[in-house]
Amino acid sequence: MGGNIEQQIQSRVIAAWQSATPLAICGGGSKSFYGREIVGQPIQIAPHCGVIDYHPTELVITARAGTRITEIIQLLDDNNQMVGFEPPVFSRSTTLGGAVATGLSGAIRPFSGSVNHFVLGIKVLTGRGEVLRFGGQVIKNVAGFDVSRLLVGSMGCLGILLEVSVKVVPKPAAELTVIIEHADPDASIMLMNRLAGKPLPITAAAWLEGSTRIRISGSETGVEAARRRIGGDIDSHGDEFWLGINHQSHGFFRTGSMLLRASVAPGSKFFCPDKPQLIDWGGGLRWTRSGEFDGEFQRAVHRAGGHLTCFRNGDRTGEVFAALPDAVMRLNQNLKNQFDPGCILNPGRMYAGL
Amino acid sequence: METTRLAALFRQVLPAELIISGKTSLRVYESDGLTAYRQPPKLVVLPETIDEIQAVMAICQQHGIPIVSRGAGTSLSGGALPHKDGIVLSLAKMNRLLSLDPLNRTARVQPGMRNLAISEAVRHLGLYYAPDPSSQIACTIGGNVAENAGGVHCLKYGLTVHNIAGLKVATMAGDLIDLGGDSLDSPGFDLLSLVVGSEGMLGIVVEVTVRLRPIPTCAKVVMGVFDSVKNAGESVAEIIGSGIIPAGIEMMDNPAICAAEDFVNAGYPKEAQAILLCELDGIKEEVDDQIRQVEAIFRVSGATESRVAKDEQERALFWSGRKAAFPAVGRISPDYYCIDGTIPRQSLGHVLTEINRLSAQYRLPVANVFHAGDGNLHPLILYDANVPGELQKTEALGSRILELCIEVGGTITGEHGVGAEKIGEMCVQFSDDERSQFHRVRNCFDPDSLLNPGKAIPTLARCAEHNAMHVHAGNLPFPELDRF
Repeated sequence: MGGNIEQQIQSRVIAAWQSATPLAICGGGSKSFYGREIVGQPIQIAPHCGVIDYHPTELVITARAGTRITEIIQLLDDNNQMVGFEPPVFSRSTTLGGAVATGLSGAIRPFSGSVNHFVLGIKVLTGRGEVLRFGGQVIKNVAGFDVSRLLVGSMGCLGILLEVSVKVVPKPAAELTVIIEHADPDASIMLMNRLAGKPLPITAAAWLEGSTRIRISGSETGVEAARRRIGGDIDSHGDEFWLGINHQSHGFFRTGSMLLRASVAPGSKFFCPDKPQLIDWGGGLRWTRSGEFDGEFQRAVHRAGGHLTCFRNGDRTGEVFAALPDAVMRLNQNLKNQFDPGCILNPGRMYAGL
Repeated sequence: METTRLAALFRQVLPAELIISGKTSLRVYESDGLTAYRQPPKLVVLPETIDEIQAVMAICQQHGIPIVSRGAGTSLSGGALPHKDGIVLSLAKMNRLLSLDPLNRTARVQPGMRNLAISEAVRHLGLYYAPDPSSQIACTIGGNVAENAGGVHCLKYGLTVHNIAGLKVATMAGDLIDLGGDSLDSPGFDLLSLVVGSEGMLGIVVEVTVRLRPIPTCAKVVMGVFDSVKNAGESVAEIIGSGIIPAGIEMMDNPAICAAEDFVNAGYPKEAQAILLCELDGIKEEVDDQIRQVEAIFRVSGATESRVAKDEQERALFWSGRKAAFPAVGRISPDYYCIDGTIPRQSLGHVLTEINRLSAQYRLPVANVFHAGDGNLHPLILYDANVPGELQKTEALGSRILELCIEVGGTITGEHGVGAEKIGEMCVQFSDDERSQFHRVRNCFDPDSLLNPGKAIPTLARCAEHNAMHVHAGNLPFPELDRF
């Protein structure tokens, strides 16, 4: 089931361009807390929905941007496949377009790849009101600049996604999570990175409250062999743990205070031990619930060569993403001007002026 | 600008021995792996440092001199074909490993470092760099980045873009920017993904940080022999559908099998219409499971024979035929022309039938090798460049095959790039608006179009010319354009 309202969306954008009216792009609204606060007339994409093409043996699904992620996950599940980047599903209304535009990946990211590793092609509506296609439905495609991957994580600031083709992956035949006690987070970080350097079928690794959890996925015998090599105890609630982390339903995230997301080199030492932290992505993501966006935690993240995002509950009138070097910001600005010269699409959602 | 004046300009910033301007020496650079296209540059510079690269770029920006950057020159699409008024910026001297981070599994290297040399340099850590284009012994990482190079193992381990952590890029604006980095994502628009595969048109990549993967403990290959291409194709779909992602799965048709077997005696049955080489890797227990599954699928899909390489030596032998397919075809034909289209796998039967029909129509034999897992087809057209008109006929056939790929929902280039070669087909794959957007993206980085001009993205005028060659039912495309 689905609806094609591409022409209505296009007419709205053309009219908005002509009248210099900013638009606030709305998918399922499940990540409306993310990014900066903006002023704009809402434009609803969720009604533009439906799976367009899916052949399991081609490992590709193409759907309109408003299609719910849960619908896609169910369809793939029926065919023993899955979305390879474990997109966060903060509510049932989460759409494919929103997942791609925010570019967020789950715990599987360091082992299987990020959103932009799985996006093969995109149909996009630019701020000029032009409908353009980039990439395609095939895994290998190097014709022209890789605009579809540029649009991943662009927060709607370069164009409105209309359709997306995503590479899908088979569901593993077997999966389990082992739990290893580590009071010292540095010991956990060391273990997670050492294991990631070994040829083992690991698909997630995280540390929280003194415990390291490692997910192993593959064939029955492969998973069993890897479990023996890694050691630890089987966590019978492993699946729940990873869902809780990916969808932020875990108690760690249930708080009214500011949630900070630090992306760092996975092997970076534990920093700011006084702040409660969840370490995901095998060390590459450090979440913390307290603190301020421009405080000591931010300086520690910079020292670790990473970048900090004010993910939830911060001051959304200021910047929420890490500052870009001037030369890089100029290129971001140039691209914005070339895709959305009237600056009408989600203006300022990512950075002020962009 | 005259060559002597040009050389004098660059001598201000480079030692004389890093500037090549002699006619004979320049001939080395007049073409890349696509030797049918030749054009000597005005001169070649071989900088040894980032400062020197930036100084060269500043001179070019100031004087409006086109720059074609070049790694090992193994491009099969003329990506490094020189510009007649420009210079070639060779990165061959910048070929060192700069730093290695075993814990984070990354290596920072100079752009001229060879693909295979990276894996060799990190093997002692049990790590390797996964993308393996067939030229990996010679091609450079900078060239791989420019073309978003693939290889046999892409289906499981991804293209170049999936295996790059960061790039340091010198821009025409004179900036040195870091894209990506040590973390697994970056703030702002994803410029890293944009620069990978941009064919040297957005900046000069001066440093590359690659992601390294653990070397699998076990790799096994099984060969399936088929008496029809269709059965082989269906077998591939079955394997993928069953939930197995092979490390590599390659198909060869009868002409390719015969050429390879005659050349290297890999043990391929010459009467077969198609063979599949399916490699599985990972931990031993899993590989053993999957080999059994693949063999069962081969039997069900009508394979006349299936053989698992019994040891490392036989595995290398099985692969030797596939790896030697191109030179093997080179032995039976004075020249061959390699195409690089990608198609949805389900169209394989239709596309191969059509290629056979076109081959008969153009009276040019075609041998097919195919990265079957990801739909990347490499038809090799056999021709003789010494026969007048045969190269043009070959190019016309190649162009028809690529249009066929587009018709079935595929693309004109899976891994070789557009370069100078497939400029015309870009007009078929993309609309005017889409190509205009590519030009706008380029303008963000290089408003004077000095980096690799004339490649990858055709101008609207160029497309009008190309499409005019394909007059359908008497209707001239783009009737709104003036023609002279």
